[in-house]
Amino acid sequence: MRSSFNSIRRFTYLLAGAAFAVTSLQATGDTAVIKGSKAASMESCVAETNDIRRNHMDYLKHQRVETVRDGIRGAKFSLIDCVECHASKDNDGNALPVTDEGQFCEACHAYVAVSPACFQCHRTTPMQGNGSLGAVDLEQMKFQSLNASSLKEWHPVIHAGSESAR
Amino acid sequence: MSVKNDQPDMNRRKFVGTTVAAAGAVVVAPGVLLHTVAGADPESRGASAKHRWGMLIDANKCAEGCSACVDACNSEHGLTGHDRPATDAQWIRAVKLKDNSTGHINRLVMMCQHCEHPPCVDVCPTGASFKRTDGIVLVDRHICIGCRYCMMACPYKARSFVHEDLENQSVNAPRGKGCVEGCTMCVHRIDRGETVTACQEACHDTGHGAIVFGDLKDPDSEISQALKSQNSRQIRADLKLNTGVRYSNL
Repeated sequence: MRSSFNSIRRFTYLLAGAAFAVTSLQATGDTAVIKGSKAASMESCVAETNDIRRNHMDYLKHQRVETVRDGIRGAKFSLIDCVECHASKDNDGNALPVTDEGQFCEACHAYVAVSPACFQCHRTTPMQGNGSLGAVDLEQMKFQSLNASSLKEWHPVIHAGSESAR
Repeated sequence: MSVKNDQPDMNRRKFVGTTVAAAGAVVVAPGVLLHTVAGADPESRGASAKHRWGMLIDANKCAEGCSACVDACNSEHGLTGHDRPATDAQWIRAVKLKDNSTGHINRLVMMCQHCEHPPCVDVCPTGASFKRTDGIVLVDRHICIGCRYCMMACPYKARSFVHEDLENQSVNAPRGKGCVEGCTMCVHRIDRGETVTACQEACHDTGHGAIVFGDLKDPDSEISQALKSQNSRQIRADLKLNTGVRYSNL
């Protein structure tokens, strides 16, 4: 009697688990990426989709320490890249914030009832492209290609001075 | 890295595996490994204690009425204000110093001095205020609680507090309400391998050339040569903070 009750209970758990699995698959199925975002045109995320779904928060948290504290940039996991790929565009071609209702980040975070603070500080639209750039002037972006070797070309006066001083 | 779920920690397993493999590799081919490390690409190499970044500002060349460096800094880092000078974020500012006995006026720009012994780091209760190995003093906003002790401790009044919600931040400088912030010496550029800050670039473009930025530990760098050849001083040198930002003709 007791064992049959146990088996019924186990079966109920199994049923509930299966139902949950089905609903979560529907909610986070392969169509979760927003149509029209860069991510929609790509085969997979920077790692296996299931891995990213489960662990992206830990990857990002780990990476943020390395970047802020040790200056290690260009890591595999980057919040900038999340936004870059997952932001979609409206009809006018302007990037929509990933935190807008129904957008990639917001939709899933709302579904699982978490409110990460990432986007209180981090930009919610891609920096390049048609997104609105706020106070940042696109003209300024050209300076990003400057580096130590090009310094000599645009800073000839100082360099000539230092060479003669040596 | 802590993984807060019920999955086995694959990273830990991978770590054990790679550690064993790496130990083997170190025994077998140390030369090959060292070569790989030396050739790492600049994007991922990170801050290094081989450098100490600093600035030399020539007060004579800092021109009256010019705000090129301030504007460039605001634009580079997406700093916006509400027309409230008392509380708007200010990473670099132009100041005038008047010698009352002679009437002589000095003009210079003031920002985080990137001290070797930063008081802001001493007083920070969470460890958010920190100094990178290359001498740049930063705020880790992830753990800043906005207590503003560092603002009180800084002799240069170099830090700002963000009072209101922000939108459209620059990717160069994620920033938000409730955190303290200050000059980063354009750390995003340095980490890319560039050796020009936004303010230096703007100052040069106006033709004033009052700012020289560079590596204080490299004896051949622009700034080391300039510091060697001319008289310069630290502001509040009496505090013995050994600032990374120096001034000449002051």
